Amino acid sequence: MTSIIEVQGVSKSFGGVVANHDVSMTVNSGTITGLIGPNGSGKTTLFNSIVGYHPIDGGSIQFEGEEISRLSVQQIARRGLLRTFQQTRIYGAMNGVENMLISLPHRKMNIWDALKTYTREDYERADHLLEFVGLYEKRLLKSGDLSFGQQKLLEFAMALMNEPTCLLLDEPTAGINPTLINGLIDRLKRANTEFGITLFVIEHNMRVIMNMAETIYCLAHGELLAQGTPDEIQNDQRVIDAYLGAH
Amino acid sequence: MNMARNKTILYALILAFTFISPFAFPDFGTQLATLWLMIIVALTWDMTGGQMGYNSLGNIFFYGTGMYVAALISIGMVYDVGDYTNAAGGGIYKFTDLQYFGGLALGVLGAGLFCSITAVVIGYLTFGLRGPYFAIGTLGVAIAAGELVSNWDWVGGGQGIALPVYPGDLDTGKIFFYFLFAAVGVGTFLFAKWLYGTRFGAAINAIRDDEEKADAMGIHTLRYKLYTWAMAAFFVGMAGGISAFQLIHFEPLESAYQTINLGIFMVVCVLLGGKGTLWGPVIGAILFHLFKEVTWNYLLGWQWVALGALIVVTVVYFQDGVMGWLVHKRPEWFGIKVEKKVAEQAK
Repeated sequence: MTSIIEVQGVSKSFGGVVANHDVSMTVNSGTITGLIGPNGSGKTTLFNSIVGYHPIDGGSIQFEGEEISRLSVQQIARRGLLRTFQQTRIYGAMNGVENMLISLPHRKMNIWDALKTYTREDYERADHLLEFVGLYEKRLLKSGDLSFGQQKLLEFAMALMNEPTCLLLDEPTAGINPTLINGLIDRLKRANTEFGITLFVIEHNMRVIMNMAETIYCLAHGELLAQGTPDEIQNDQRVIDAYLGAH
Repeated sequence: MNMARNKTILYALILAFTFISPFAFPDFGTQLATLWLMIIVALTWDMTGGQMGYNSLGNIFFYGTGMYVAALISIGMVYDVGDYTNAAGGGIYKFTDLQYFGGLALGVLGAGLFCSITAVVIGYLTFGLRGPYFAIGTLGVAIAAGELVSNWDWVGGGQGIALPVYPGDLDTGKIFFYFLFAAVGVGTFLFAKWLYGTRFGAAINAIRDDEEKADAMGIHTLRYKLYTWAMAAFFVGMAGGISAFQLIHFEPLESAYQTINLGIFMVVCVLLGGKGTLWGPVIGAILFHLFKEVTWNYLLGWQWVALGALIVVTVVYFQDGVMGWLVHKRPEWFGIKVEKKVAEQAK
């Protein structure tokens, strides 16, 4: 199995706050990898480092064998490494279909492709993915008026529209109705198997992550605490202590 | 289908009115030409301001630069520019019909192209600025350009440039310039209509709504911003070029780089009609132009107060403009609705 993201010895501090210290992890191509840890353990900081939101203080981040730790957000996104946001970000003034169409992979277009109008295939793909996440009926509503959970689903569909090779999801089930969560787990898994997208997921909901991921990394206080299969992580005393605050 | 037919009829009526109006209202020939100029600058301002979220106060730079470039090209093709601008009424410079119309055509086209290029250069320097900083930054460019040009003797300095007069009779000239503006105006409208329907158009909307998200989705944000401004500058530059010939004489601060007049009017037009819509700038330009002409005629002495009041009322109480108000009142006209799946309805 080949690795797609290779994080080695990454450190990041904000002033005196050490958000990540000497973190190393590997995401294998075609898998679902989980990242867990208590609040403030540096998960989102690590995601931001990987996708280029801020420079790292030390270490190396490789995507498909290429060093990306010095590249900008756009450059990394154009290599097919995409992220969704913890605070959902969609284009609120537009409707669902427009949100989807905007998310077409511009990295695969030159200016002449960009100056074409949308094709029938574009619309079909947008409708198909909106149906995939269960938003087809609301696709013509202003997406800013959708509920938070629906906006999360829309953001996920937009990410799929962009045809990424690897998708970083920051708490995909936060704020989603518990009855919808099972459906979402199913969709994330299908995105992985049907579209062949490698997923790297931050998640607080243990049931979700234990059901999905093949490998799980656990951060605490900005350092890597444990790694392993869901079973190993669930039975790891250090992880249990970190989550229950038994320090 | 009925909707599509209504639209065709509407477009046909507008086009017919465009052709007939200068003959039907010969006394208003220049006014109607100016209306088209307003429509052009409003539509192009909305390309960046409304559709892309970059409120430029410096688009007047392209208007003024377009004037100068068109004038310099048409003069330079026949005479030495330095001698011509230095003549101050002393020398006699004649232009044949071919030289006049050839110079006008090449000058206007050249003005558009030159402004596109300068938009890319200025955009490269200013598109790092956001919100009010971009507005002030671009305003600074326009003001600085006006001051620089008015101190540049080769292009006539503060006196500006006097161009040759239209070779035919005066009334034909008015109609000629009306149709030049109308052609560029219709062209600008059709171009914008097409552009907003493309993937590119959607991408600049994405930049307006959340540029960081657009970055994260891999959209070439800076490149698209530069292209958009270059497209807008092309049409403004051409409009400026035509204005130069229409006005015959222009000078840098009051007519070319007129930041407080046309430079602000174009923004007010768009706000009045509705930002970020195709028809908003057109409707806004018409309303604004009517308002301006009426107050300038019947409220003379108070016209600037009336104009200021209009701006304040628009900005404070009517931010979404006519089109925004319509979208709010009649969302179904714009296709905003819940749509049940066809398959489910069939069951």
